[in-house]
Amino acid sequence: MATRQTRTLARFMMAPSVIILFVWMIVPLVLTLWYSFQRYNLQHPDRAGFVWFRNYYFFLTDPAFVQAIGNTLILVVGVLLITVIGGVLLALLLDQPIWGQGIVRLLVIAPFFVMPTVSALVWKNMLMHPQYGIFAWLAQLFGQRPIPWLQDFPLFSVTLITAWEWLPFATLILLTALQSLDEDQKEASEMDGANFVNRFIYIILPHLARAITVVILIETIFLLGIFAEIYVTTQGGPGYASTNLPFLVYVQALLNFDVGGASAGGVIAVILANIVAIFLIRIVGKNLDA
Amino acid sequence: MARAASTQRKVTVTIVAWVVALVIFFPILWTVLTSFKSEGDAINISHFFQTPWSIESYFEVQSRSDYFRHFFNSVIISVGSTLLALLFSIPAAWSMAFAPTSRTRDIMMWMLSTKMMPAVGVLVPIYLIFKTLGLLDNAWGLMIVLMLMNLPIVIWMLYTYFKEIPVDILEAARMDGATLGKELVYVLVPMAVPGIASTLLLNIILAWNEAFWTLNLTAANAAPLTAFIASYSSPEGLFWAKLSAASTLAIAPILVLGWISQKQLVRGLTFGAVK
Amino acid sequence: MGSIQLQHVNKSFGAHAVIPDASLTIEDGEFVVFVGPSGCGKSTLLRLIAGLEDTTSGEILLDGRDMTAAPPAKRELAMVFQSYALYPHMTVAQNIGFPLKMAGMDKAAIDAKVKEAAATLNLSSYLDRRPRNLSGGQRQRVAIGRAIVRQPKAFLFDEPLSNLDAALRVNMRLEISELHQQLKTTMIYVTHDQVEAMTMADRIVVLNAGNIEQFGTPMELYRTPANRFVAGFIGSPKMNFVDGAEAAKHGAAAIGVRPEHMQVSTSAGAWKGTVGVAEHLGSDTFLHVNVDGLGLMTVRTEGEKQLHHGDTVWLTPDPARIYRFDKDGRSLRAN
Repeated sequence: MATRQTRTLARFMMAPSVIILFVWMIVPLVLTLWYSFQRYNLQHPDRAGFVWFRNYYFFLTDPAFVQAIGNTLILVVGVLLITVIGGVLLALLLDQPIWGQGIVRLLVIAPFFVMPTVSALVWKNMLMHPQYGIFAWLAQLFGQRPIPWLQDFPLFSVTLITAWEWLPFATLILLTALQSLDEDQKEASEMDGANFVNRFIYIILPHLARAITVVILIETIFLLGIFAEIYVTTQGGPGYASTNLPFLVYVQALLNFDVGGASAGGVIAVILANIVAIFLIRIVGKNLDA
Repeated sequence: MARAASTQRKVTVTIVAWVVALVIFFPILWTVLTSFKSEGDAINISHFFQTPWSIESYFEVQSRSDYFRHFFNSVIISVGSTLLALLFSIPAAWSMAFAPTSRTRDIMMWMLSTKMMPAVGVLVPIYLIFKTLGLLDNAWGLMIVLMLMNLPIVIWMLYTYFKEIPVDILEAARMDGATLGKELVYVLVPMAVPGIASTLLLNIILAWNEAFWTLNLTAANAAPLTAFIASYSSPEGLFWAKLSAASTLAIAPILVLGWISQKQLVRGLTFGAVK
Repeated sequence: MGSIQLQHVNKSFGAHAVIPDASLTIEDGEFVVFVGPSGCGKSTLLRLIAGLEDTTSGEILLDGRDMTAAPPAKRELAMVFQSYALYPHMTVAQNIGFPLKMAGMDKAAIDAKVKEAAATLNLSSYLDRRPRNLSGGQRQRVAIGRAIVRQPKAFLFDEPLSNLDAALRVNMRLEISELHQQLKTTMIYVTHDQVEAMTMADRIVVLNAGNIEQFGTPMELYRTPANRFVAGFIGSPKMNFVDGAEAAKHGAAAIGVRPEHMQVSTSAGAWKGTVGVAEHLGSDTFLHVNVDGLGLMTVRTEGEKQLHHGDTVWLTPDPARIYRFDKDGRSLRAN
């Protein structure tokens, strides 16, 4: 399509981005890999040395690790379930003719723009606080004892907060996909005598399949890295009850100063994320051809 | 479908939709309302609407924790990182959209894959490198990190917008004697203004709300609003109204930007997979 | 001033040669039309001359200087695109003035030149409008205006009229021809429409599958087509071809007769057939005749001729105007 000269220029124009991204990816990754084989504690810099897979051994056999992996999975799957199912329902609802549709839409997507530290703090204090929170007030209104949510159900609470943040994302994307559904197709199926349930199963759901996959993959990428919500609300506790993998790595690195152990955790997190990334990249790649 | 039945249905659906929307929006609404209460009144939920309104919390937030310094840090970091990203990505996206080679696709895919690397995977070395270079708690350091974080998204978004510009027009500019630089400045960029603007907005939103690096790489000086808000996580007496005021201030600008750019958002966040 | 020479130009994408080997000399001031069916490489050839694509091998000379590797900006050529390619964010005046601005001309001089070009093209009252507020014909004129202000060595037109409706197309055709008369600058014009080619060109290049089939004046192509492809492509309605035994009678693998070179009779003649569709255009009538044993043929006859579907007619070709081709499609000259 273009001349050699243009292509040469193009290479020079692309080079800066490629180079900085390459450095940004490869240097820290190699360092992380390197540290993960080292005994390296910032508090004991004298006791350093190559320890092969010792860090991985300690990290993987640490009961906290198993719990953190479990928590990570529960968090990711829980949020995905809530946001995808809720998102489909909300998208179906908002796709109907309603008065004030624009405003309703703005209200629904608003939580996505709230910074994670704010959402976490608002939920922690304004809603879930066992004395002054709205939930406590509601419980008392109905004569119940208020529940200390973050104490008794820390992981559930974090899941709920995160789901609230991501529900708008799922809704927005599914709604966009829904609106691209051919109006004729919907009407044709109505003419064919399909009721709503049949229409949903045979027409709408297949049409949404791709968007749902995209939502799941992108959310998974972000949800695997959930940090601020835990940092602000529970600090991973009580115990390790709400510690996920990123938070565990953070604790190892910046609170326990165990660089080697934290790096091993980081490598494990990279491996997990890559498994998801491969699928997402395939889907986006297919779209690039179209 | 009969008119009457259809209207009745619309009423029902409208009521349901509004109720659901208000429930979802409630935490934000409640925060904004609480910010206009005094501390004592803020927790008196039963009489919330009888007690007087005031804006004193906003003044307290400013005097107590210097809201504006954090606000400016947020602005500098998010806008700075976005402009830096644009500087790198406009030429790159031009190359990909208008002079693709057989490897362009692979490069784009690879860029996307860097975005998927979990931050914890590189937290340790970045932290140590920044410590060595004295970039910890430094606005420039954060700007660079957030720029790199979002660069793949920015390149992808711009690419999808550039793709919609007919290549004829760029070729016309070349025939008219424009050098590459002039082609970008006089033709491509002005034509892509809507796309560049929404890319800019989305990136500012993402950078503004980013809360992993901003929490881990800043202390007092360069802390943006994410860190400022996080400092409220250990409560000290009654601080509901102040917390609400601070939160309102932290989210208001970005909420407005988000609402403006909601249409483009889908495209940006899904790398063009859903339009 | 503006001669253009192609020497053994080859353009390949991978193993596929879009232009296998093209050589061509266009004289200064000539109006040359590249014509051919879609995908024949005519636009590619134009883009090679423009410098928007580079040659795989071969040379392109402008005024005798080798410009094969020069970027478009350095070639001093102007191009009018099929889509017009106007800058949507600029006014008409800014569009026309853009090449001058790129050349670093000062603002007053640009204004003067733009005004002059606009006056020539009847665009003076639209100078402050943006392209989206113009009609198709006006956009076309702006594109031409942008091309002429720079006083290029040659103009390149890439199917400039194909987005206009039929009536406008005829007008613009005349305007471009008129422009050529005034400016006397070399023009290369790409089209798939042989009528545009015949009416506008000093000389025509007929392209097929990347090969130059023939290069000559319109009447040369009409009278002495080099081969069956050119014979079939030039002339409207298309030439009728007959092969087999009937062609062998003339000592050829195939013969061709133009619709206008046949006599129609209701009583006697060489080939008997039945009228299928009769198109009455007023001035002419085109008959589509199903000739026994030879297939469908088109014949032109006078407009008043009253013949209808199902009528039996006899066709007689003018013996002096029968074109003969060998088995490779090359024209056989001299009986």
